[in-house]
Amino acid sequence: MNRTRAAMVIARRDFTATVLSKTFFFFLLGPLFPLLLGGVFGGIGARVASQTAQPVVAVVMHEKEFEVLYKARQRLADATGEDAVVHLAYYAPEPDSDAQVKRLLKSSNPPIRAVLTGWFGDPKLVGDLRPDSATERQIKLLLRNSIMPEFPSPRLDVERTAPAAGSMAKDRAVTAQLGQMFLFFLTILLAGMLLSQMIEEKSNKIIEVIAAAVPIDSMFLGKLFAMLGACLLGLLVWGSIGFATVAFLSGGNLDKIPAPAVGWPAFLGFAVIYFSMNYLLLGALFLSIGAQASTAREVQILSMPVTFAQVLIFGLAAVAVGAPNSPGAMAAAIFPLSSPLVMLARAAEVPGFGPHFLALAWQALWVGIILAIGARLFRRRVLQSGRARPFWRRRSTA
Amino acid sequence: MLRQALAQSWTSEFAVEARNLVKDFGEKRAVDGVSLTVPTGSIYGLLGPNGAGKTTTLRMLLGIIDPSSGERSVLGNIRPLEVASRVGYLPEERGLYPSMNAREAIAFLGALRGMPLAEGRRRGDQLLADAGLSDWAKKPIRTLSKGMAQTVQLLGTLVHDPRLIVLDEPFSGLDPINQGKLERLIRERAANGVTVIFSTHVIAHAERLCERIAIIAAGKVAFEGRVDEARSRLRQIVRLRTRACDGPWRSALPANARCEHGEWVFELPDSGPEPLLKALMDGDAGIETLAIERPGLHEAFVAIAGEAAAEAMGNPELGE
Repeated sequence: MNRTRAAMVIARRDFTATVLSKTFFFFLLGPLFPLLLGGVFGGIGARVASQTAQPVVAVVMHEKEFEVLYKARQRLADATGEDAVVHLAYYAPEPDSDAQVKRLLKSSNPPIRAVLTGWFGDPKLVGDLRPDSATERQIKLLLRNSIMPEFPSPRLDVERTAPAAGSMAKDRAVTAQLGQMFLFFLTILLAGMLLSQMIEEKSNKIIEVIAAAVPIDSMFLGKLFAMLGACLLGLLVWGSIGFATVAFLSGGNLDKIPAPAVGWPAFLGFAVIYFSMNYLLLGALFLSIGAQASTAREVQILSMPVTFAQVLIFGLAAVAVGAPNSPGAMAAAIFPLSSPLVMLARAAEVPGFGPHFLALAWQALWVGIILAIGARLFRRRVLQSGRARPFWRRRSTA
Repeated sequence: MLRQALAQSWTSEFAVEARNLVKDFGEKRAVDGVSLTVPTGSIYGLLGPNGAGKTTTLRMLLGIIDPSSGERSVLGNIRPLEVASRVGYLPEERGLYPSMNAREAIAFLGALRGMPLAEGRRRGDQLLADAGLSDWAKKPIRTLSKGMAQTVQLLGTLVHDPRLIVLDEPFSGLDPINQGKLERLIRERAANGVTVIFSTHVIAHAERLCERIAIIAAGKVAFEGRVDEARSRLRQIVRLRTRACDGPWRSALPANARCEHGEWVFELPDSGPEPLLKALMDGDAGIETLAIERPGLHEAFVAIAGEAAAEAMGNPELGE
């Protein structure tokens, strides 16, 4: 029997045993609790959002008009708070006004939401603005407060365009952050389960029968894929509920949700693929660690450091959000255990598919490496005669 | 090339061959140079006290663990897992998934050996019916008695009709009736050309079933060969009961002859029974009974493995 078929036999048994158990219902309810924790750990990436709390509007006007407008903004900010008012950035008018506007809208530093051009008598706001948006209303207010006696009350001409790069950068950073959190919580849900996967076989003493019939790495692979299958089933349930909830809360305006760089269909596809890879990578590691444990107590002891390790990996991956091409992000993308989280964030922020295929091949390679090492350790340390000793007392010379 | 060369050095006459198998667990040497040859179609017994290295040897033969050094060939293959579909294994520590029903458990064990699940279920139903367990086919394992669960696991070991059956302490935990059933089953399979290897504490089973045995003590093979060869290592035993308690005939008995409940017991001298008989008759010993017995496998085992091993075999509390 080849290894794949052997893995499928194990996977089918484990998947059926998991999904048909009464406890699977509670597994489906499980994400409610980590979501609460998500609010706490979400602070790790909060800096991304705080940097761009209010949109930046580029003002391409005469410098004196900008000064008046800026003073009006400051007066408003004094009254309402600095973070409550749009930020203004001055740019001297250039001969080719249209080209300047286009260039500014592509700017991500600062992330420009819209460009105000013209003069107080005929102002024009260009940008990715929803009808009657807060930015639009605030600019109108600032213009009104800036009126000089010689001009009548101005009428703001608004031109709505495709999303500007500046605003997209912010929105996509949020999407990237949410995507990472999504992966992180799903993985944290599963890690504990994988730690204890081998306990059932050990306590039931069936491990030796399996080990005599199929290669250990096939058994590990089968167990991994069984739990992945169970989790994808859960994902389908949670995704359906989540989609329905978002659709309900947004009043059917799902198109208003900021689109990731690779587009929604590809991003959702990557989310499933990177979730699977993240699961397989961490799962292979946790399965290997858990396989060394002989009792449920040992698994419990292992649970806490494993959870903290996951949080560290999440922290490492969070570095990439908002700066997908930075050296830190590249390092986190290369480190196998944080790679799926980083690459999902990249899919939200940077268009293009090439790096993803490379990353997936890299991650798959590491799944194989970790499984092979885990299986080897299992054969060397666990499948020996005599009473099982705690993993910390086993000699490395075995 | 190396693999080919190795494969060519094994003969198809033997279902299992092992050469100088060694297994170290840390500083402890569990198996120390075990060599075995198990003829195809034979019933082969692995005897030894607890901790002698029987289970570790079986695990190495089956590819569950790799030897630290040495070679083995199972059904002509030096990689035992590659022929796992033709091997059935019942480990010493029995175990099944408690939530699985008996039929599914048998089918699952068959599937592990490459049998399609549907076929495994069909065969499982048939085997359960033959074992009188039809009513329990769809009951979870956790609801079965220990003996029933053991039977289910044994059926799962055989469901795929293996050519080599390896049973580690198969008789432990079985009542005498089920022990008898298992003995019959082993004989039936062997009659069909299947090779059966089993380890046991109970010498009587090996004596009744085995054509060849290996006695393992302290990780080494103390004896390997036919059962009669093991027994022939010891001199025949003479049991003599006489009417006269004493007389000149006493000098004809060996010096180490001992009297047990009025009966003289001693090894048959090298000179044979004739001089002894003559001395007894000439001395008017009045022979009531005279028996010349071949020693049993138990005596042979004690002599080969040593007293300490024999004592250990009598103590089931010691772990393997």
